[in-house]
This record gives sequence, structure tokens and C-alpha cells, in this order.
Amino acid sequence: MPSLTEPLHRHHKHCDDLFADAEAAVAARDWERAGPLVVDFQKELETHFRTEEEVLFPAFEASTGMVGGPTQMMRFEHAQMRDLMDQMQVALSGRQGDNFAGAAETLLIFMQQHNMKEENILYPMCDRSLAAQAGPLGVELSGRLAASCLPVS
Amino acid sequence: MHPNLSFEQAPPLSVPFRFFLTAPLFGVAAGLLLFVQGGAMLGSRWMPGTLAGTHLLVAGFMLQTMCGALLQFVPVAAGGNIWRPRLVAGVVHPLLVAAVLLLATAFLTEHTMLFLAAAHSFALALGIYLLVVARALWRTPACGATIITLRIALAGLLVTLIFGVALASGLARGGNLPFLILTDIHAAWGLGGWALMLLAGVAYFVVPMFQLTPAYPAWLARGFPWLLLVVLLLWTTQLFGFSDNARIALLLSGLGLAGVFAAETLHLQSRRRRKVSDSTLWFFRTAMISLLALLLSVALFVMLPTLSSDPRSAVWLGMLVLVGVFVSAISGMLYKIVPFLIWLHLQRLGGLNTLPPTMNQMIAERTMRRQYFVHLGALALLLAAVWLPALARLAGLALALDCALLGLNLIVAVRVYLGFKDRIHAAAGDR
Repeated sequence: MPSLTEPLHRHHKHCDDLFADAEAAVAARDWERAGPLVVDFQKELETHFRTEEEVLFPAFEASTGMVGGPTQMMRFEHAQMRDLMDQMQVALSGRQGDNFAGAAETLLIFMQQHNMKEENILYPMCDRSLAAQAGPLGVELSGRLAASCLPVS
Repeated sequence: MHPNLSFEQAPPLSVPFRFFLTAPLFGVAAGLLLFVQGGAMLGSRWMPGTLAGTHLLVAGFMLQTMCGALLQFVPVAAGGNIWRPRLVAGVVHPLLVAAVLLLATAFLTEHTMLFLAAAHSFALALGIYLLVVARALWRTPACGATIITLRIALAGLLVTLIFGVALASGLARGGNLPFLILTDIHAAWGLGGWALMLLAGVAYFVVPMFQLTPAYPAWLARGFPWLLLVVLLLWTTQLFGFSDNARIALLLSGLGLAGVFAAETLHLQSRRRRKVSDSTLWFFRTAMISLLALLLSVALFVMLPTLSSDPRSAVWLGMLVLVGVFVSAISGMLYKIVPFLIWLHLQRLGGLNTLPPTMNQMIAERTMRRQYFVHLGALALLLAAVWLPALARLAGLALALDCALLGLNLIVAVRVYLGFKDRIHAAAGDR
């Protein structure tokens, strides 16, 4: 049986793919293509953050009583990544390829280490502590991620 | 201990950086030593200058960066709490610097007391380091191939240290030690059990992360460290006598394993989802190709005994592994780690809504690319100089330039950090 957080794992990979496409388009200075690709990526990442912040984290905090712990840290990191995405957006609007590349590079590494912390530590903790409500929560997680226009592959 | 503790354990920036910033200086020193000594230094692995230069690279450049990187990696990526990192780094780092300088000087002057002093410094520095890092790595709630590989790497460092101390004490006191065998065991554990093991453990983590490649297959990630450990343990039994055939078989097995790791890394990188290539990718590819070249060279030497009886063949292997594999891989890693950590610290310092310089604004891709080509040139010259001693001085200069540029690029990034930090403080003062 797939775990509760399995859709989030898959969605990380999906966001990686969108990132790679957007970054490549900017690197090729193909601004026409890059615009929508960056928007797609940003939208999916934002959906991911909100799904965690509005569904998973509150459930985890309610079930464990841990409010200032890892979920707080993850929220802070989401905010940091939103800043970087804004920086990418500004560079994109100004067609500043090098600035975009710099922000994208930083976001990529930040995002990857963030994902690993979630996948290796926080998600397993959620799977354990939320086992009792895995059914309805799982439906909501998948629903939110799938509803964000692009299919979760 | 609750696993959530591991979320926010990044050590202060000075902890890894003091190691990172001094390491290139040892590379410069190794290059300058070759420049001064010339072709004679590449005649055999047993020349005093060769031994000094080798240790400037392995203990000065490689061990330093690896120790620094692990102090960052263990808490952040492996979820292990390092006990008082600032204190540990503050004690271990200067001791290691002293140990390397003492050892290199001991080889060059053949002053027995210096060997003893170097052995004590290494034992103290690495003893403390191993205790602290092992404690963190054995207590971490995280698990997986990286953790297992890192634990075995630490054991590898311990064995390297023990044989190294035995050798240095033997050189200091004289006596009837089997120096040749002990040196081969010491080198195998140092290069295979510690350095390559650590590189693999970290690669499992960073290769997919930096380039968005698929993950290493589980059979390789889990099998590689244990199989390499078995080969190293068997290699160590040559203490009790060994046939030449057993020796060759084990050498090829160990390098064969390394070759599988290198080939799989190159294969994964060719399947990367990220289309943009950067200097780190090229440094890493150079390292993996050098590792494959090492395997091919040993296979060739086995088939052509006239070649392997030439003492320069061992120097050729040394160049490939030290400069080709490890200096390349470490340079590539530093170009990601240093700017990223600076960005992270500035971000934390300034809080949200401050926009620190991005990674490429700290060290421009062009600058890293330029240094990469200098590195390739230095590697080619060093390899050529093994067979054409007339090139040795030029190769030495090239290595010194290679490492100096690496160090300068890192310093540029640190200056960006200091400048931006001042701006954050000034802005806070204005408010």
C-alpha cells in the first residue's frame, strides 16, 4: 500500500521536471517558451507548498503537538523558496538570463535539500503519526495535487 | 533524542570554511615543491619529495576539505548532531594543518623527531574528529545507503590513521618494519576506504541533487561500500604473506568496484533531467573518467610487466588518482557547497525579504569554467611529466596555478559574503 505522503514524493519529482524545462528554456534564451514554463513551475511548486502548509502540517501538528519543530522550519524554507522564485520571475521579466540562472541554481539546491529533509525525515514522521487518518487525508492530498491543472505523473 | 532536532543543525559558516580555505594552499605547496624539485620528484613513489608532495595533496588538500565538508554534511544531510562544531573545528583544523606541515617537512628533511611530531598531531586531530563525527553518525535517526557508506568511510579513516601512525613512528624510531606492505595497506585504506568511500556516500546524495539525475540503483549504493570493505580487509591480510597473484586480483577487484561506481555515475549524469551543464558537472565527469583511466592503467600494467616494473608507473597511478579523481571531484563540489552555504547564511542573517547575491553572483560560471580548463591543463601536464621529466617544473607550476585559482575563487565568494553581511548589519543599525 502506498504511504500517505507518497503523492507528495511523486510531486517533488514532477516539480523537478518542470524546473529543468524552465531552466533550459531560459538558458537557450528562448523567452517565448520560457515564460509559460516558469509560470507552470511556479504554480506547481506553490500548490505543493500550500498542500503541505494547509493540509499535512496542521494534521501533523494536531496529532503530535509539535508546533515549533520541523513543520515550522519547513514553512520558513517555503518562504525562502518563494523569495527565490520571485527573483527568478523578476529576472525573467527583464530577460536577464544570468540573473535567472543564478536564482535558479540557488533555488534548485535549496529545493533539493529541502525535499530530502522532507522525504527522509518529515514524511516518514507524518506517515507514522497520521496512520489512523491516512485514508481521508490521503484523498485530500492527492486531490489537491492532481487538481492543480497538470497531471501528477 | 527526537529526530526533529536534526532539522536545524547547520554549523556556523566558519566551521567548514576554515578547512575549505586552507586546503587549496596545500595544493599550491605541492605544485611549488614539484617546481623546485623538478623531474627527480616523479622518478619513483619513494622519493622524499614525492612522499612529501603526495601528503600535501592527500592530507593537506583532500583530508582537509573532506573533514570540513563532513562537519557540514553530517548534521544537515545525515541528521546527526555534531558536538560543539565550532570548538571541534577550532581544535582539529590547526592541528591538521600542523600535522601536514610536519609530515611534509619530515619527508623532505628526514628528521626523525618530525615524523613523531606529525604522527602525534595526526593522531590527536583525527582521534578527536573521529570520535565526534562517529558519535553523530551512529546516533542519527536517519538511515540509508549514504549513512552506511559514511560510517564505513570513517572506519576507513581510522585504519588509515593507525597504519599512518605506525609508519611514521617506524620511520622515527628506525627498526625492522615491513614498510612496503604497510605503505600499500595505508594507501589503500586512505584512498579507497576513506576518500573514495566518502566520495561515493556523498555522490549518492549530491549527484541526483545537483543535476536531477535518477538515483543510484539500490544494489550499487548498498553493495559498493560493503564489497569495497571486503576487498580492503583481504588486502590487509598481506601483512601475513601474500602471493603476487592474490595481490593483483585484489587490486583489480577494488579498482573494478571503483570503475563500476564511476561508470554508473557517468551513466546517471548522461540521463540527467537538468539540461544545463555547469563546471561542477565537468569536474565530476573528469573525476569519474580519471577513475576509469586508473582501472585501465592498472589492467595494462598487469598485462605488460615491463611497464609495471618501471617505478614511474606507480607515480602515474598516483597522479591519476590524486589530481585526476580527487582534486577534480573536490573542486567541483566546493563550487557548489561554498556559494550555497554563503547564500544560506546570508539569508538566515538578513531574514526573509533580503535578497542575498545568488550563487552565480558569488562565483561567476565563467570564472569557474576558466579554472576548470587550467585544472585540465595541469592534469595533462602532470601525467605527461611522469614520462617526460623535462615537463615536471612546468607541470608543478600548472598545479600551483590550478589550486591558487580555486582558492582565489573561493575567497572572492567569501568577500561577497563579508560585504553583504556588513550591509545587513548596517541596515539593521539604521533601523
